[in-house]
Amino acid sequence: MPVRVQEADFDVGAELTALRQGDPRIGALASFVGLVRDVNDGSGVSEMTLEHYPGMTEKALTAIIGEASRRWAIIDALVIHRVGRLLPTDQIVLVAVTGAHRGEVFAACQFIMDYLKTRAPFWKREVTSEGARWVDAREADDQAADRWHD
Amino acid sequence: MKTVKILYFAGLRERVGQGCEQLELPAGVSDVAGLLALLAARGGRWQGLATIRNLRCAVNQEMARPDSPLRAGDEVAFFPPVTGG
Repeated sequence: MPVRVQEADFDVGAELTALRQGDPRIGALASFVGLVRDVNDGSGVSEMTLEHYPGMTEKALTAIIGEASRRWAIIDALVIHRVGRLLPTDQIVLVAVTGAHRGEVFAACQFIMDYLKTRAPFWKREVTSEGARWVDAREADDQAADRWHD
Repeated sequence: MKTVKILYFAGLRERVGQGCEQLELPAGVSDVAGLLALLAARGGRWQGLATIRNLRCAVNQEMARPDSPLRAGDEVAFFPPVTGG
């Protein structure tokens, strides 16, 4: 269940192929890719920088995947999250989950992404037409994570 | 003496003007809330630290609470709500 935090871009096709390769138990693979938009909160965004807490980030992501594997019968999962300077249309994050059936992998993929948004120590600083600013956390993200509570 | 390593991230790092420090805790400071009060007592840009809304804290890279205890050698991190993904 690999977790990678890196500056470099990633090749979604190659990553998904590697995740499922040679495992005939896998009947379903769900993935999500997050991208940099050119607008946020009504302002044009020309670039962003992602800061993180080295060490804790990897631990938090591993714990989130661990929680997903306890809740659903998944076979493997992968999270790649980029840090550093990113431009609109750049890829930020890849979450991919494999399993026997689609129900588990769809749910686990969404769960991992929702938890990542509220629990993994990353922070976005964006450059807009009005200057640079740290992105505020969204209540909607907390609500998205909260809905997984029993 | 109980020395802890303190890390600051993102907007909070900019606010306090540093990313990392080692601090000897005086007797009587035994948890996260106590450390925050100690830092806020520095005044100036530190003053609002104990009352900042939504301030998050981790001790040894696990999310912590105001009453989480601190021990010698702990790594304590303060940061705003996360915004990755």
